[in-house]
Amino acid sequence: MEVFLASIVSVAFHGVALGMILYVISVGLSVTMGMMGFANLAHGVFALAGGYVLTTAISRFGMPFPVALALAFVLVAAGSVVIERLLYSRLYNASDLEQVLFTIGLIFIAVAVARFIYGTLQQPVHLPGYLKGQFALLGRDFPTYRVFIIVFGAITVSLLWFGIERTRWGAMVRAAVDNRAMAQSVGINTKRLFTLTFALGSGLAGLGGGLGADIIAIQPTYPFENLVYFLVVVAVGGLGSLRGPFVAALVIGIADTSCKYWLPQFGAFPIYVATIAILLWRPAGLFGRHA
Amino acid sequence: MSAHAGGYNADPRLRWVEGLPWVVALAAFFLMPEYLSLGARILIYILYALSLDLIVGYAGIITLGHSAYFGLGAYVAGILAAKVGVGDPLLQLVVAAAAGAVLGVTTGAIILRTRALTLLMLTLAITSVLLEIANKATTLTGGADGLSGVVVSPVLGMFKFDLFGKTAYLYCLAVLLLGWWLVRKLIYSPFGTALTGVRENSLRMHAIGAPVYWRLVLVYTMSATLAGVAGGLLTQTNQFVGLNVLSFESAGELLVMLILGGVGRLYGAFIGPVVYLVAQDMLAKQFPEYWYFGIGTMLVLVVMFARGGILGIVDGILAKLRRKP
Repeated sequence: MEVFLASIVSVAFHGVALGMILYVISVGLSVTMGMMGFANLAHGVFALAGGYVLTTAISRFGMPFPVALALAFVLVAAGSVVIERLLYSRLYNASDLEQVLFTIGLIFIAVAVARFIYGTLQQPVHLPGYLKGQFALLGRDFPTYRVFIIVFGAITVSLLWFGIERTRWGAMVRAAVDNRAMAQSVGINTKRLFTLTFALGSGLAGLGGGLGADIIAIQPTYPFENLVYFLVVVAVGGLGSLRGPFVAALVIGIADTSCKYWLPQFGAFPIYVATIAILLWRPAGLFGRHA
Repeated sequence: MSAHAGGYNADPRLRWVEGLPWVVALAAFFLMPEYLSLGARILIYILYALSLDLIVGYAGIITLGHSAYFGLGAYVAGILAAKVGVGDPLLQLVVAAAAGAVLGVTTGAIILRTRALTLLMLTLAITSVLLEIANKATTLTGGADGLSGVVVSPVLGMFKFDLFGKTAYLYCLAVLLLGWWLVRKLIYSPFGTALTGVRENSLRMHAIGAPVYWRLVLVYTMSATLAGVAGGLLTQTNQFVGLNVLSFESAGELLVMLILGGVGRLYGAFIGPVVYLVAQDMLAKQFPEYWYFGIGTMLVLVVMFARGGILGIVDGILAKLRRKP
């Protein structure tokens, strides 16, 4: 019994850590898709970029971990502004098919560039000493780095929610998600708002990619392999919502971890089946507004 | 209307240009015997791209999971040959087609009730489920090692699959001819016109009382059937099935081929695979990094500047030439 309880606690703990990572990466996708209706399959590219920035900054330039993490956010956010202005912004009025193809093209390019620079091997993450080892809590030992991920993720999520729910900028974002044309007609510069939101979402993806580099392996095929996970979080959670993807990410993180722990012979099979079932039950996602 | 774009006023008569692909295919058979295995692969991908064009180009259903039906057909044919002991290629194809049809109608009936992102997500999830099954059911599929030991008996009991791939090439060509004839009939039928109507304006089709949902389920099933046949053909010519037939990359590659040739133009599905697979044969092995970079860049450029693909560019040039004199 004690062993079983220990394994439940351990699975829940690792699941929540994975869920936090998935949420930090995917939340930007939910907001940009909800606001502009843009089918951005290349969102994982930003997470991958964040992962590379973090690992390179630490192992090649010897930067301390917090600086590298901040750099992953800032560089990816800045880079995404350029890409958004140059490429994405030309396709806001294009059909879904064209957006899908364009973003698949971006994935192909990113995979090739990543392979060219870093090779096909997984990038190792060198964690600082204070994040290694175990952390004792309530008579149990937890890996310190996962505790850090959960705490850090929780703080990021709280800041984000505060920003969206309590600030003027957040009110503008919510207005634009609800009704872009109306938001524009009351004088909100939706174009600039969207560029900023896109940068924030991509930066968060970069942050999540760097933070999760230890859990989700940083390698060139990352955007392809994890695309389903990011999309599942957004589709199951509901477009344009902050709360929905959070619940979805936690559920998926815990479900994925428990499947790998208790039912390894089925792989990710139960996750996909559950996703199909949920989407059939609620096509707009658990918290989607446009049913 | 040289574009075969469907629609109410389309002229269904065969034009002489439409004989060109078949003449080229036969000429290639006699002139380039050393490239027949690549040729058979191209023919299979043309059939596969045709099936995708039917739903993406004509019905306007966006899918990232078309490899589900292709992969199912490939595995069904492979399992029949390697595990059950059914060696007859035509029987294998029929069963592969039936499997594609059954999966197509069941999944289509479910997922076509949804739209946009949800639809996209569901097609991905279905393919992922199949990939996961193929990966884990190792006794049946061989898992990550692939399914080998595929034995195919002579076509109609007469034409043995030879080492040089002559039989395989002509066999694929014959199946493709049949598939092309069916698809062409379909898009020039009233049913095809209804499909383009749904693509252009689904609300209006609802308003004039067209059974939009059932039309989509029907065309989705037909497309899945054709994809199943293409998958079966791939197994028979390769005598091997690998997990990659079900992967997202393979579905993505197919989309690239179709876009490159031109969507919703019937012959775009012919041009795209030829250009893509020949280029891949020449370049991909030497420069794998540049290859994917090139594919991605091309996709971005096509979407930005040449939305009709190669055929769209050709049409544009022809229209200009015609206007001049």
